[in-house]
Amino acid sequence: MSRSRLLPLTGILVALAAWQIAVVLRPSLIPGPVAVARAIGELAVSGLLVKYIVASLFRVTWGYLAALVVAVPLGLSLGMLRRGEMAINPILQVLRPISPLAWIPIAILWFGVGDISAIFLIFLASLLPLTVATMTAVHNIDPVHLAAARNFGIPLRSRMADVLVPAILPQLIVAMRIALGVAWLVVVAAEMIAVNSGLGFLIVDARNAGNRYDLVIAGMVLIGAIGVVLDLLMRRLERLDSVRWGYATE
Amino acid sequence: MRFGAMEVLQHITLGVEEGEFLCIVGPSGCGKSTLLNIAGGFLAPAAGSVAIDGETVTAPDRRRIFVFQERGVFPWLTVEGNIGFGLFDMPESARRQRVAQYVQLVGLDGFEKAYPRELSGGMKQRVEVARALAVDPDVLFLDEPFGALDSITRLQMRSELLRIWRAEKKTVLFVTHDIEESVQLADRVVVMSARPGRIRRVVDVDIAHPRDLSSRRYIELRDLIFGEIGLAHQV
Repeated sequence: MSRSRLLPLTGILVALAAWQIAVVLRPSLIPGPVAVARAIGELAVSGLLVKYIVASLFRVTWGYLAALVVAVPLGLSLGMLRRGEMAINPILQVLRPISPLAWIPIAILWFGVGDISAIFLIFLASLLPLTVATMTAVHNIDPVHLAAARNFGIPLRSRMADVLVPAILPQLIVAMRIALGVAWLVVVAAEMIAVNSGLGFLIVDARNAGNRYDLVIAGMVLIGAIGVVLDLLMRRLERLDSVRWGYATE
Repeated sequence: MRFGAMEVLQHITLGVEEGEFLCIVGPSGCGKSTLLNIAGGFLAPAAGSVAIDGETVTAPDRRRIFVFQERGVFPWLTVEGNIGFGLFDMPESARRQRVAQYVQLVGLDGFEKAYPRELSGGMKQRVEVARALAVDPDVLFLDEPFGALDSITRLQMRSELLRIWRAEKKTVLFVTHDIEESVQLADRVVVMSARPGRIRRVVDVDIAHPRDLSSRRYIELRDLIFGEIGLAHQV
């Protein structure tokens, strides 16, 4: 096995061992890795494992896609129209430091308790970073490329599809990765309040219904693992031939 | 011509013949790039005008293509994609044929599917020249196109450009700060003064191609331009 695989694996094994030792020394601390693995098995057998994972992924998918559909055209327009940007940018900057979780009461007010509220929170959480990143990426386009597109007289519509979008894609993909990470962080919080399924719900429910801390930690482990998988999938986009020019190292 | 509050160019009157290879040389900051950008329609002059075939230039046009340094190629398109970029209104089969023709003209056979990041500086410059020629323009504007290349590649690219120019019979306006380069390439060399840029002198290069770089006439003209710019030809 190569060193690049061996070292991360060693790190995980050492952490698991330390966790187990800590639990043996002080059993009241938290459930150990074996108990957590058993809890995940229990979820799998009851069918809740798949059901909760699907529920969480469903909310993230819709909230995130909706944000992409709004943010990319908005960011492109703001990036190109200086005046539009001057008008809208202050609003974006004020909204940016507000945690998406602060919107929970408003989400419930508007959409009630349920999937739509959770999806709305994820949408909000992804929307701002994607919009700002798209706008910045437009500013960073090499003016030479815009001049060349103008020189060849290509129609406005294809200028968008053939020049602007491919020119910002490397930066946009990085922003998409970060935004998906944020969306995944928020789905858990949204599910703790707004719905009754999903991995976030699992964590609150397990504590409320009989202090099942093995299930609480099982929920945390699953969230972490799925977050890593999502990030790895997004990273594959960075290897597309038409965007690799945008990343410094080959 | 004023640019903002600064006067960059002054009293420029210049006629260019069809099919002519014209070089514009001058010290940096003399406004030679500005002049080229005005001629290409990318900048509007504060006073005066540019006319090509009796038509006033007001905006960039695909009949007059600007070649930037090699970074003008689109990094997200392959060699083929770049060369075919300006041919968006051509039927697919004709387009493919035209692209193949220009891939061959600039000697990039076998690199059709390569991305710019896989190419050397000289090869990227060839892609850009091919992309410009593929739309069959009347005029090519080149703004220090070989400035970023190493000296050996630069020499090769000059003879390549001359070969292509003879084959395609385009009018070429070529801006450079390299006096040797101008005497090697041009039919006429326009020598400009420092800011505000004026035309100091227009030098006819009456040497047939291929030019012998050690011939007496070549050295004479080169030294004439060096003297005109005010450089003692010594290191």
